[in-house]
Amino acid sequence: MEISVSVNQLLKSYTKGEKTAVNHVSFEVKKGELFGLIGPDGAGKTSIFRMLTTLILPDGGNASVNGLDIVKDYGKIRMSIGYMPGKFSLYPDLTVEENLGFFATLFNTRVNENYHLIKDIYEQLAPFKNRRAGKLSGGMKQKLALCCALIHNPPVIFLDEPTTGVDPVSRREFWEMLKRLKDQGITIVVSTPYMDEATLCDRIALIQEGQILSINTPKNMVSHYPDQLFAIKADNMYHLLKIMKTYKNVLNIYAFGEYAHASFREDMDTNELYRYLEEKGFRDILIIPAKPTIEDCFIKLLNN
Amino acid sequence: MDTRALNNEKVIVVDKLTKRFGDFVATDAISFDVYKGEIFGFLGANGAGKTTAMKMLCGLLTPSSGTAVVAGFDIHKQAQELKWNIGYMGQKFSLYDDLTIIENIRYYAGIYNLSNQQISDKSEGLITRLGLQKEAKKLVGQLPTGWKQKVAFSVALLHEPRIVFLDEPTGGVDPITRRQFWDMIYESAEKGTTIFITTHYMDEAEYCDRVSIMVDGKIEALDKPAELRRLYEAESMDEVFYQLARRAKRSE
Repeated sequence: MEISVSVNQLLKSYTKGEKTAVNHVSFEVKKGELFGLIGPDGAGKTSIFRMLTTLILPDGGNASVNGLDIVKDYGKIRMSIGYMPGKFSLYPDLTVEENLGFFATLFNTRVNENYHLIKDIYEQLAPFKNRRAGKLSGGMKQKLALCCALIHNPPVIFLDEPTTGVDPVSRREFWEMLKRLKDQGITIVVSTPYMDEATLCDRIALIQEGQILSINTPKNMVSHYPDQLFAIKADNMYHLLKIMKTYKNVLNIYAFGEYAHASFREDMDTNELYRYLEEKGFRDILIIPAKPTIEDCFIKLLNN
Repeated sequence: MDTRALNNEKVIVVDKLTKRFGDFVATDAISFDVYKGEIFGFLGANGAGKTTAMKMLCGLLTPSSGTAVVAGFDIHKQAQELKWNIGYMGQKFSLYDDLTIIENIRYYAGIYNLSNQQISDKSEGLITRLGLQKEAKKLVGQLPTGWKQKVAFSVALLHEPRIVFLDEPTGGVDPITRRQFWDMIYESAEKGTTIFITTHYMDEAEYCDRVSIMVDGKIEALDKPAELRRLYEAESMDEVFYQLARRAKRSE
């Protein structure tokens, strides 16, 4: 399988080497793959994106995009990738149409040459094509930025936190757009702090404090979850979380939506736990085996 | 998340609250009550009118019509007194990055007219509680987002407000710190502080006592998370939200 992005021991530190933002990060993205960097703010996602898009230089290691070196071949890389930064970076006082035309011209192409790529997305913007980009809503800005990143038909696009601060419905729509782009053969590298979006990627890297904790397909990642996981519910959840911390053999206990998730190293006797919680005065107790999610995996890795 | 017996004292009473910008009705005659010590989730899609509603409830924006009483103060006539009695923290701006933790605490305490004695007691208490003794003299900008948000929440509570408004406090925060943040919310609610919170994490909607969902300026649903799930025959709050918000006609 052809490799689109190859990252090898990449290193970046700030403030005279005091703060290591990216700490020997390595990964590969295959051609046509939808690859997700999943981690909280400050994990180093943006620094990785900025090195791969040749906006900052690494302090160590190397990386290539489409076989081009990020240091030596920066000019060629810039012409051949699409990049959507986390911060809105189009011209606020150009209209929607003008922004798109501008970016097409920059890359020596015209809007109608690659219109098929952005048709689905741009049609939603068409009613506002004469509006200045700065006056668009957050969701619309995002769609325009994606169009501008795609207009020169790049083989690979880098999307830095495109869904941060976006409501769940719009987030879902955005991921459906990404799926359609992937179907057209575009390699997509995307970052997000939302763990639930991880399952929509082909492969993911979980990242925290500049280091990659794990790389895998979402499916394999959850199937390799090492502990026994249970979802527990009772009438007083706040109290339940406190009590469960001291229960025997419990590795971890945390709120998980409607339930609390409790992990155990070995098989756990649910009847015994049920009786224990009853004795402690809980009512409406429910204990069921839980399927681990990416968020459970992340919590497990953070605790290690 | 749990069935703590809720106090029946109302601390927020909203009646047909409306805000128009020209022809556009951002907040369309919303009515609801929030009780003392309640954790109230205020959800909605981007552009549903949440921010406008929240600004009116904080006394920052005058309604076009309708009324609201927050912490006992009329938002029309007593906006200034109201501001003394509530706390607020947002995601984008919460603390000054180029002041240290201790400077931020003193600054906010000063704004809320706390005495010098109170300021030194409270800042020490806060630093100890959060275990930040070593970091107290570090610039806030150097803290990880999660820690910054924990400090910001504690600072928003310094003047012991009856209600604290939290606007997407956990965005971009790692899963463990996000849960520690919720532990802090629970502790404050147990002590009787009312929590009014917006979030885009639907698992967090489950942690609220009651949740309202705004669509196109109106409150389309308001109940306990379990009731909403039952009502909409949904497995999760994510599904409830999706069912309601996808009907939205306007986006921001």
